[in-house]
Amino acid sequence: MHSHNPSLKPKLEFKKVVLAGNPNVGKSLIFNRLSGLYAEVSNFPGTTVSIISAWYKNYNVFDTPGIYGVSSFNDEERVAKEIILQGDIILSIVNALNLERDLFLTLQLIEMGKKVSVILNMMDEVKKHNLIIDSKKLSDLLGVPVFEVSALKGEGLDKIDEAIQKARIGNQDKLVNEKLKLVKEFIPDQAEALLFLEGDREIIKKYPQVNLPIEDIREEIYIHRRNRVKEIVDQVESKDTLSGLFFSKLGRLALNPLTGIPILLLILTLVYFFVGDLVAQRFVDFSENTIGKGLIEYNVKKLVAKFTSTDIEVKIFDDVDKLNEVRLYSFPNGIDNDPERFKEFEEVVSNNDVEFNFIFNNIIAQFFFGEFGVITMTATYLFFLLLPLVTSFYLTLAFLEDSGYLPRLAAMADRLFTRVGLNGKAIIPIILGFGCVTMATITTRMLGTEREKTIATAILQFVIPCSAQLAVITILLSAAGPKAIFLYVVIILIVLLLTSTVLDKVVPGQSSPLILDLPLMSLPDPKNILRKTYYRTLGFMKEATPLFFLGTAIIGLLQITGVINLWINFLEPLTTKWLQLPKESAMAFIMGMVRRDFGAAGLFHMNLNVYQTVVALVTITLFVPCIASFLVMIKERGLKQGLIIWLGTWFFAFTIGGIVSQILM
Amino acid sequence: MKTTLDKVERGQKFIIDHLPDNEYKLQLIRFGIAEGEKVTCLDKILGGTVILKKNRLEIALGNELAKKIIVTMIN
Repeated sequence: MHSHNPSLKPKLEFKKVVLAGNPNVGKSLIFNRLSGLYAEVSNFPGTTVSIISAWYKNYNVFDTPGIYGVSSFNDEERVAKEIILQGDIILSIVNALNLERDLFLTLQLIEMGKKVSVILNMMDEVKKHNLIIDSKKLSDLLGVPVFEVSALKGEGLDKIDEAIQKARIGNQDKLVNEKLKLVKEFIPDQAEALLFLEGDREIIKKYPQVNLPIEDIREEIYIHRRNRVKEIVDQVESKDTLSGLFFSKLGRLALNPLTGIPILLLILTLVYFFVGDLVAQRFVDFSENTIGKGLIEYNVKKLVAKFTSTDIEVKIFDDVDKLNEVRLYSFPNGIDNDPERFKEFEEVVSNNDVEFNFIFNNIIAQFFFGEFGVITMTATYLFFLLLPLVTSFYLTLAFLEDSGYLPRLAAMADRLFTRVGLNGKAIIPIILGFGCVTMATITTRMLGTEREKTIATAILQFVIPCSAQLAVITILLSAAGPKAIFLYVVIILIVLLLTSTVLDKVVPGQSSPLILDLPLMSLPDPKNILRKTYYRTLGFMKEATPLFFLGTAIIGLLQITGVINLWINFLEPLTTKWLQLPKESAMAFIMGMVRRDFGAAGLFHMNLNVYQTVVALVTITLFVPCIASFLVMIKERGLKQGLIIWLGTWFFAFTIGGIVSQILM
Repeated sequence: MKTTLDKVERGQKFIIDHLPDNEYKLQLIRFGIAEGEKVTCLDKILGGTVILKKNRLEIALGNELAKKIIVTMIN
């Protein structure tokens, strides 16, 4: 007999402590201090926003995304709002240099009726700027305790414990109180009542019976709160002498077109050397080929080959990279039954420039461990190519973000992006696209409206070559010479301009304007950068891994059932007549669906002339994205829109590739 | 003198007269860019993006939005 009695479980009531604050106020440093080593990361349902929580004494502590106010303008705000609503104690983390911006949130938290303590961070900077902040006075005006901290230097962090203990409900504002009375009988929770008055859509949905014209009230509350912030700041802070400081100068220089463009070029060059050269080329070459393929994949395949009938195909190339000979080593009873033949194979491999390929005659073995094996190929791809790449991209992103350069970059790029219906913030997913289109497609969630998300996703899927593909394209182009490089770049740029203009015209809906806070530029804290990179990379791997496995499984099934060959045959007239390429290139295009770089790599030994190279590379760049990014796109944009974009890439790639071919040849 | 925010030059000071009535208004108010507030144009970048400065806060506003904000210049 089974019986469950929930009431017998020990019932422990832990208080929830929530850290809330504007972006870049040092929340994470304070959270780290409380959490020690063990933090739990989870995705908030329906978003990519991760919630980080940890245990501290008897408290469950939550970090929240940086927000300027509790409301629902975007995913991050919605997540922060939910956590704050459930919080028992709120630590309002404030950048002491930016009281006027940050206290808006603090006042809102107090008006929500929550127990609050204010952590006044960056007090060391305050001294550097010759500012004086009267924190005692601030505490009196707010009615909650205020603690001075310099989280970066570790000063005052010992007071965080006291801040949690002493948090209390602050001075309630008269005007807000009056307004709250209007809804009190319907909405007992003060925090929800306030958000209702401020027009929070989700809360309004929760209380459909309350009928009040809130539009005027919310603006009244906002402006009143703004004015209170101003009064408070006037009383607690004496004037600053900020000008002349190195970093605020640097911030100005980064925006000025005369100096901003050279700074941008310098940063892009550094990023290229780090991500594009060091990681994407050198490191990945080592991790993917030496460790992934050479060591792990090879030994796994060798192990499988012991138990099943295997053919090993070896292509031997001569000095000028021309295919010289193809040999087939057959092991009908597994390699253990013919060790001498296997030894011969290993010798040929180590003494020549070769490509070899295990072909398992058992369909299941081939499906899981073969050339495009669901296990072998995907594992190598994910852990030895994508993982280092994505990590380096996120590392760069975190550095640019925390240094304060990223928002300035977005501001500079704004005009360019508004031309195609986006705003400057879209530069982030587009840059990430050059790393991994799958990762970038996930990032489009940060954009303001559905229209912007659709446009950015379509641009990514249509035109942006991911780094895996870019590497192969670069090699093929440099081999084909400057003429090919020039033609390729010009054609792709024209297509980029064309597609984005068309998208701007046809995608319905509205785009949001750029409203961006430019934080003071500063040297980022390495620990914080590493932490951000770690959590983002982890989040990406968690989300993308199943999709990559699923994608390879789908392609594997298509291959086993022969559907892929039908496809290739179907495409053949298109490739030979319209694109004027060798018929094997159809195979390269289809393989591009498994991994985009496979598509380009398939062209390596085809002896294409200059124009053919350009045609093939243009087509492959525009052709369908890899299957993992296709699946992410379906998840993000829905089946209908995903399919439209996907089919669009087929159409576009072959139309434009064909036109280029007909003009050039 | 009244004008729209996109016409303001670098270094000029002005008072915000009118913000467009949409959801972005609240986001602006949150940053202290509210009607009646005194603000400085810190910079204007290529393409018309306006950088506003209010105390130590710096805010970048897209050109399209700036066109819809009416301001009065202060000499």
